[in-house]
Amino acid sequence: MNAPIRPDTQLHTRADDGIATGDDLLVTENISLSFGGVRAIADISFDVKKGEIRAIIGPNGAGKTSMLNVINGFYHPQQGTITFRGNKRRRMRPHEAANQGIARTFQNIALFGGMSTLDNLMTGRITLMKRNMLWHAAWFGPAQREEIEHREAVEQIIDFLEIEHIRKTPVGRLPYGLQKRVELGRALAAEPALLLLDEPMAGMNLEEKEDMSRFILDVNQQYGTTIALIEHDMGVVMDLSDRVVVLDYGRKIGDGTPDEVRNNQDVIDAYLGVPHEDA
Amino acid sequence: MLYREAGDFKTDYRSDQQTFPIKSERYLFWATMIVAFCIVPFFINSYWEKSVLVPLLVWSLIALGLNILTGYCGQVSLGTGGFMAVGAFACYKLMTAFPDLNIFFVVILSGVVTALVGMLFGLPSLRIKGFYLAVATLAAQFFLIWVFNKFDWFYNYSPSGQITAPPRDIFGITVTGPNAPPWATYLFCLTILFIFAWVARNLTRGRVGRSWMAIRDMDIAAEIIGVEPLRTKLSAFAVSSFYIGVGGALFFSVYLGAAEVTEAFGIDKSFLALFMVIIGGLGSILGSFLGAAFLILMPVLLKNIFVGTLGWPTDVAAHIQIMLIGGLIVLFLIVEPHGLAQLWRLTKEKLRLWPFPY
Repeated sequence: MNAPIRPDTQLHTRADDGIATGDDLLVTENISLSFGGVRAIADISFDVKKGEIRAIIGPNGAGKTSMLNVINGFYHPQQGTITFRGNKRRRMRPHEAANQGIARTFQNIALFGGMSTLDNLMTGRITLMKRNMLWHAAWFGPAQREEIEHREAVEQIIDFLEIEHIRKTPVGRLPYGLQKRVELGRALAAEPALLLLDEPMAGMNLEEKEDMSRFILDVNQQYGTTIALIEHDMGVVMDLSDRVVVLDYGRKIGDGTPDEVRNNQDVIDAYLGVPHEDA
Repeated sequence: MLYREAGDFKTDYRSDQQTFPIKSERYLFWATMIVAFCIVPFFINSYWEKSVLVPLLVWSLIALGLNILTGYCGQVSLGTGGFMAVGAFACYKLMTAFPDLNIFFVVILSGVVTALVGMLFGLPSLRIKGFYLAVATLAAQFFLIWVFNKFDWFYNYSPSGQITAPPRDIFGITVTGPNAPPWATYLFCLTILFIFAWVARNLTRGRVGRSWMAIRDMDIAAEIIGVEPLRTKLSAFAVSSFYIGVGGALFFSVYLGAAEVTEAFGIDKSFLALFMVIIGGLGSILGSFLGAAFLILMPVLLKNIFVGTLGWPTDVAAHIQIMLIGGLIVLFLIVEPHGLAQLWRLTKEKLRLWPFPY
């Protein structure tokens, strides 16, 4: 079940911001993050180029999710800087990152369970909606026009992800695979310049994984959205991503194309383990 | 058969967004409104006004306000009684300080004052959640009541500490004070409730409501999506307190006529409003009305049955009534934890298929 590619349903994205494809969209420099005595991330630098799919991999506890949390402003690193679309910053609140065009999905689904699929996706567009409360209190006129305008954009995403049939279902009632898809939809609804996916295939069966991979590739190709993803399924990572960064114990141990990373001895050691000297 | 959506097609988003998307529901709603606005005023008497309809309308408004905060934005509040008192005292001060100001604007301004106070007491919600926030709002309840008792400026230095609503007109018809005709007070409250319910529906169906619900369902994800927690929570506190303040102003000026703060706006009022919202259905506008109706009408009904029909002594009837209401609340929450609104929703699902089982 492949998503149909329709060039006519081109979403206007925040991707068109003057940065040419292949240039740096996001650069993290010497990021260090610790919680008390625990060093989650130590001196990590890497970049994400515009238009690519960048994978972040590593064993459990390597600091991958912490890295995403740093990028979207949820954690504040003690050291280092993040440059996103040319703006350098150290600290930022999550909603400010969202306003700059960073959207993400979560390892454990974080949908708004009491709301319908449609409302979840509409919430994804919250940074694009501008009418204030007084307009909404009156509803008729500008607020309604704005709602309808955004509804049209959301319907395109619903169409793209093939979730028309669950449009009005409360997401709490949906099966896991569909929830993951709705969550991707919610992130897409924000028309992000950078899309962070935290284990988009976790807990899925083969067919669902294939669907999700298809959607990720289509998002990247059709909308031109830059994607950074964390994933444990190596087959998926190596097939989807343009470049891979490997973390282990908060350090960066590898960075490059899938082939380079596959042949990197440090990476092989981290995943397969090395014999103890006294063994 | 009675209620169905077959053939009721939507061809644009505007009609898909409407409040009552199904035709029969729309007819039922407007029929109810016609009865409420055009027929009831001709038959209302003082008993129905004072014991049934006006308290029902005022409490519906208050429940609606609390539902915006607790049901839609997920912030539990036990300060409702205190905020009602703010509305009532703001109303009293405005009525006595500006005798020429139209009562409608007095009531609205009382809501504005309460909204400001509510935002102030909403500030802790940025740091604390759930039960802890409930305790923090409890502080608002006790603090506000204490303030209104302590400083006699609030009750214009009256020796009894009571506040009494002077008579005020709207279009030449008295709506407050002891001589207000029942139909006038009823229509005044009904009109305000109608407007406010409509506004509540508008706020909750659009961007504003979605940002409240996002904070309620998953606050961290909401923040990462771009919902600003500070602004969103405070706006919920402001709107909710605005509603409760207007409710408190009506409660004092139209319904009670005279009030003593400790007695009229005690902690029991906070709980009553919270029960209404929980029994009616959190996050449902209809639920606010159903909850208020249940807790206002049921005691009246039971009292009429026990004392009027069965001829029991009033004190026995009063105690049995309290027990029965408590029992019914428990029963309803076991049968449907999501409240009467959910019960209504399920009934509608069944009605769609009736008389077939599926």
